[in-house]
Amino acid sequence: MAAFSFFSFGASGKIRGGVHPKPRKEATFDRPIETAFPLPERLYLCLQQHAGQPAEPVVRVGDKVLKGQLLAAGQGAISAPVHAPTSGVVTDILEYPAPHPSTLPTPTLLLEPDGEDRWIEIQGVADPFALPPEEISARVGAAGVVGMGGAAFPSAVKLNLGRKTRIQTLLINGGECEPYLTCDDRLMRERAADIVDGILIMLHGLECNKAIVGIEDNKPEAYAAVSAAAAPHGGKVEVRQVPSLYPMGWDKQLIRYFTGKEVPAGGRSADIGVLMHNVATAYAVQQAVRYGRPLVSRVVTVSGSAVSAPRNVEAPIGTLLADLLAFCGHRPDDTASYVMGGPMMGDFLPHPKVPLVKGTCGILALSPKEVAASDAKACIRCSRCVSACPAGLLPLEMMSRIRAGQLESALGYGLKDCISCGSCSYVCPSEIPLVHYFKYASGELVAREQNKHRTEQTKRLAEERQARFERQKQEQAALAAQRRLKAQQRKAEEAA
Amino acid sequence: MSLSLLSAPFTRADSQVQGIMVAVMLALLPATAFGIFIFGWPAFFLWAVTLLSALAFEALCLELAGKPVKAVLLDGSALLSGWLVAMTLPPWAPWWIGVVGAGLGVVVGKQVFGGLGQNPFNPAMLARVALLVAFPLEMTTWALPSLPFSSSAPGLFDSLAITFAGAPAADGMTGPTLIGNWKTEASQGRGLSESLVSGHYNVMASILGWKAGSLGETSSLLVALGGLWLLKKNIITWHIPVSLLATVALLASVFALTDGERYAGPLFHLTSGAVMLAAFFIATDYVTSPSSPAGQLIFGAGCGLFIFIIRTWGAYPEGAGFSVLLMNALTPVIDHYVRPRIYGRDLKGRPLDLPGGRR
Repeated sequence: MAAFSFFSFGASGKIRGGVHPKPRKEATFDRPIETAFPLPERLYLCLQQHAGQPAEPVVRVGDKVLKGQLLAAGQGAISAPVHAPTSGVVTDILEYPAPHPSTLPTPTLLLEPDGEDRWIEIQGVADPFALPPEEISARVGAAGVVGMGGAAFPSAVKLNLGRKTRIQTLLINGGECEPYLTCDDRLMRERAADIVDGILIMLHGLECNKAIVGIEDNKPEAYAAVSAAAAPHGGKVEVRQVPSLYPMGWDKQLIRYFTGKEVPAGGRSADIGVLMHNVATAYAVQQAVRYGRPLVSRVVTVSGSAVSAPRNVEAPIGTLLADLLAFCGHRPDDTASYVMGGPMMGDFLPHPKVPLVKGTCGILALSPKEVAASDAKACIRCSRCVSACPAGLLPLEMMSRIRAGQLESALGYGLKDCISCGSCSYVCPSEIPLVHYFKYASGELVAREQNKHRTEQTKRLAEERQARFERQKQEQAALAAQRRLKAQQRKAEEAA
Repeated sequence: MSLSLLSAPFTRADSQVQGIMVAVMLALLPATAFGIFIFGWPAFFLWAVTLLSALAFEALCLELAGKPVKAVLLDGSALLSGWLVAMTLPPWAPWWIGVVGAGLGVVVGKQVFGGLGQNPFNPAMLARVALLVAFPLEMTTWALPSLPFSSSAPGLFDSLAITFAGAPAADGMTGPTLIGNWKTEASQGRGLSESLVSGHYNVMASILGWKAGSLGETSSLLVALGGLWLLKKNIITWHIPVSLLATVALLASVFALTDGERYAGPLFHLTSGAVMLAAFFIATDYVTSPSSPAGQLIFGAGCGLFIFIIRTWGAYPEGAGFSVLLMNALTPVIDHYVRPRIYGRDLKGRPLDLPGGRR
């Protein structure tokens, strides 16, 4: 880390900040992806499992559906459809706890599998490269593919944006820098050819000629597999190793590492000619375009010390995380905390009876000894958080201002540029939950902004109402005056 | 439920405040042990009294403030403050110097501001400078080094008398420090070559630490080795030590080249007084130094500049304490103006230009 803090002084280093959390990947990285996960009794399909508008159901309770059949259609510009992960009966459309720290109920479609797992008639294409480029993103969108690295942003929207802005480089993120998670690693080792095919299909859809796959140097097998799969395609798909460092998988960090360019604040990577997708997304794109298979299952890492047989499982979307844990030998009594995603940026779950969604890359059952749970102590200004911050912020200064209630001042220190990667909290020797402060402050500022907006709107409405009354009064007064004048004239005429 | 269970990250680095404090004390150990070795029992008594007083004062303040005493005492910060104060004291100073010093450092230097992490000035340097101003005689009576059990080393009972009964040191057992001697001679118009001879200056002895001086400061070599170990352990970063030492060395070289009789050279400066201790252990104090790497470079250079100015033209022979305190006062200003560049923004915080000049 000392070596990296050297770069953090310069105007443009290749890598800034970052930490080396214990990888804890050895529990799962040697085991092949488990594809024999038994169909659960019920599948819970969230209508909102992507960034943007929730999907709208197109089936009714009681309908029999086939695997891959459209259940809910995307709504609006940013949305994604939801398909049936297996054949069965739609038994209910209800409010069910969401895979979110709040576990608040959210519209969910309940599917009871019939055990036959029968596919609907699907249509692939023999040669995706003969399709018109815009057809690729259309097919990706119709298949409900979203960013599988966790963000769950609809991939078709991104592909369209990339084609419109004429991006020069497609970056494929095989970093998987979060501890515990190995689902991308396993996917790259076992299905490298499909991933490379998916990358080529995306390149075709983007009308772009250059893809770079970045894989952390702690995954030599994955690197070898993807390199071998990419070799026949000339320099079109370049596979490169990146240092194992968290958060190497942050898109903007990877972009800086490969291109030397930074995405301007408030901008998008497409602004500097780069688009980034995850390796698992590339796989889903390939499945969607070549075979016509919508996104109905994914590979997810099930790990943590409270799991006896940790491994990667390919499971249907909508499976309860509790079922996945149970399948892998979960010991509930030994569990201190459930985490969805990786331990650095993942979400706490009060219980695992929530469904698997397209963006879930891991479910961890952590034992008490794995969870750092002591109280925060005084900040000693050691500035380890400053060296660790990949965004070049001063976490300790922002924290002290937020503690003092000066949220605006924290904004001046770059609160909005915080990516919540958790590197600062990770290194803090006083165990101060720095990221938690930043998330709180950001949320609070948004709430205040909304409140201010609302107050202003109310004020404007009240003022308009007042003005309207005034106007009406004046109009009435003018009318009355006119009437009086007419009456006087009439009287005068009558008198005459 | 603890907050750390509810909010990511759910994993943490092993480094803890207590571990950092213990590591710094381990790094101080060789130089301290050497000081006790050459200055005898009185140095050990003074060191022990200062450390125990620091703990007692910290406990008292915590008790008065209604804070948890045991938990905070165990973080090791009071012990470290006391240790650093002891390092800078004349080894044969009476016991109450240690007590007052520890009190100044812990109470006035730290706890009145709200405890760990809140103090604007380095507690040890604050104590050192206050003692020097208040008790100039006790703070400038320097014991000469002697081998343990040699005829010039005081016995156990003599030592107890020196530390606890204020017994005056025998003639020939005290002498000036090298910088003190240089300043006195210079004020009488004698050149550097002459004063170095009268001060029995020997380059090797000076580097190793066989000379009159503060309890833990004489061996520049051992202090520097401790500091390098802290660097290797990532407890401190290179920015402050390098910029401080480089500034002193550069200024000393330039001036020594212009007039070698009036100005001491870089080797003399780097191996005498508190420069090494300040570079690795005092100026690097997290709480009172800037938090950005660029700010730390400025801070270190400023300390070096003031050390050189005070030593060369000031009234006091040693300038490390004053210099660090001066720069401590500037830390909030440095932190305000010198910040790292945020990703996607220029140094002034504006978003970077898009390709083609768009913003």
